[in-house]
Amino acid sequence: MGAILQASNLDAFYGPTQVLFGVGFELREGGITTILGANGAGKTTTLRAVCGMVRTAGEVRLKGERIDGKATEDIVRKGIAHVPDGRGTFTALTVEENLRLGGYVRKDRDGVAADIERLYERFPRLKERRRQQAGTLSGGEQQMLAISRALMLRPRLLLLDEPSFGLAPLIVKEIFEIMRTINREDGVSMLLVEQNASLALDLADHAYLLETGKVVIAGSADAIKNDEQVRRSYLGY
Amino acid sequence: MEAFLHQVFSGLATGGIYASMALALVMIYQSTHHINFSQGEMATFCTFIAWALIETGFPYWVAFFATVAIGLVGGMAIQRILLRPVENAPILTNVIVFIGLLVIFNSTAGWIFDHTIKAFPSPFPRGTFFDTQYFSSHEIGSIMVTLLVLVALYVFFRFTPLGLAMRAAAQNPVSSRLVGIRVSWMLALGWGLAAAIGAIAGMMVAPIVYLDPNMMAGILLYGFAGALLGGIDNPWGAVFGGFVVGVLENVLGAYVIGTELKLTVALVLIVGVLTLKPTGLFGKVVVTRV
Repeated sequence: MGAILQASNLDAFYGPTQVLFGVGFELREGGITTILGANGAGKTTTLRAVCGMVRTAGEVRLKGERIDGKATEDIVRKGIAHVPDGRGTFTALTVEENLRLGGYVRKDRDGVAADIERLYERFPRLKERRRQQAGTLSGGEQQMLAISRALMLRPRLLLLDEPSFGLAPLIVKEIFEIMRTINREDGVSMLLVEQNASLALDLADHAYLLETGKVVIAGSADAIKNDEQVRRSYLGY
Repeated sequence: MEAFLHQVFSGLATGGIYASMALALVMIYQSTHHINFSQGEMATFCTFIAWALIETGFPYWVAFFATVAIGLVGGMAIQRILLRPVENAPILTNVIVFIGLLVIFNSTAGWIFDHTIKAFPSPFPRGTFFDTQYFSSHEIGSIMVTLLVLVALYVFFRFTPLGLAMRAAAQNPVSSRLVGIRVSWMLALGWGLAAAIGAIAGMMVAPIVYLDPNMMAGILLYGFAGALLGGIDNPWGAVFGGFVVGVLENVLGAYVIGTELKLTVALVLIVGVLTLKPTGLFGKVVVTRV
């Protein structure tokens, strides 16, 4: 299968400060790719650069079509869903309203309603809390809601920013299991940013390692897992 | 007792108009955290357009709905053309734009339609409803129009995808973009709705206070007092506040302080709320951890 997303020579800036320096990567369609790195390496910024949330230079292509320089809302409309750091749920709106917003750009009203029901089957806890304000959910439930909200777009590509952040290990395991299912059953390609490198490498098939805004190692997840340097600095054994 | 009831009821009628203005202020405040000082002048200008249409010979309700539509489109145009360029500018820049708009609308209204006081027709002349000694037809009619506007807005924000998108955009612009909402158009729509609500308020109050370029100056102050009293970030609180201010103003004006000091009630309320309870009665208290 071909590449769904290609980035080359990607620079990113916050105001005058440059954060990414000529980053390049390629995501295989239907696969899960992870970006690893320490705090401040530019992982979150990479996702933001793909979505046009920061000023960038360089090229980003979705299925060959250039999307760099486009507005975030237009990139989203092309089928890239982003679960940002801090989850980006609308805390004062209800669970169901959050899901409806996820499908906001879709024209098939019936399909949106059917997808909400489908997600409720997958996440019964969201169904129980459908009329509750999203801010009252537990961390794990909010993460499930954030992923569900993103899936409502019927995305071709799902960007996930630290889905394990702040969650208990058991919940993290559950969430990663859900992500694996979504990837297998719905064929959604994923780009995953994670602090928890061993968890991410278990899920992903490809990985990139960022250091201070540059790609330093790239390869299959298995190869990276066995890389001396990665093992010592990020996996800790 | 009868006289007192009459004061309360006509207070409710003007309160409805303050409530509408309060709602128009809240509409813009919620998404931008700015108070649009030119809200009153925009409403007056729309009312002049309605007056001109009626003078040209259009039936009242045709003129009414045409004016609401002009307000909606005009409000959106103002946001797109004048405010979008200063979206990320410091707050004072925005304030200056608002004051500029206020002066422009006020002078243009005087220039085009002159400064003489004009009678504005009521769509509810005497005898159309069961007017009693407490209520005139116009008072009942304008309360009903206010309530209709409120219901329409409630339905819009609660049950339509566009209304949901507007609420989302006001709450969390970044996440809104991530679900594909065009946030800056939502701000424009907020301006359009505010201008349209203002236009309705203007057309409802003009038969009572007569139409001239300064018609809404005082009314905006009452509306602002109502919005602050109820909570500037809470539409329902603002509407409630508007009604309370209307009744307070009328009753205090009739029995306690006399009509000359009526506007003082609004100003005292504004200063009082801001110093004693800045969030208003139903406002959200925002606590920030530092």
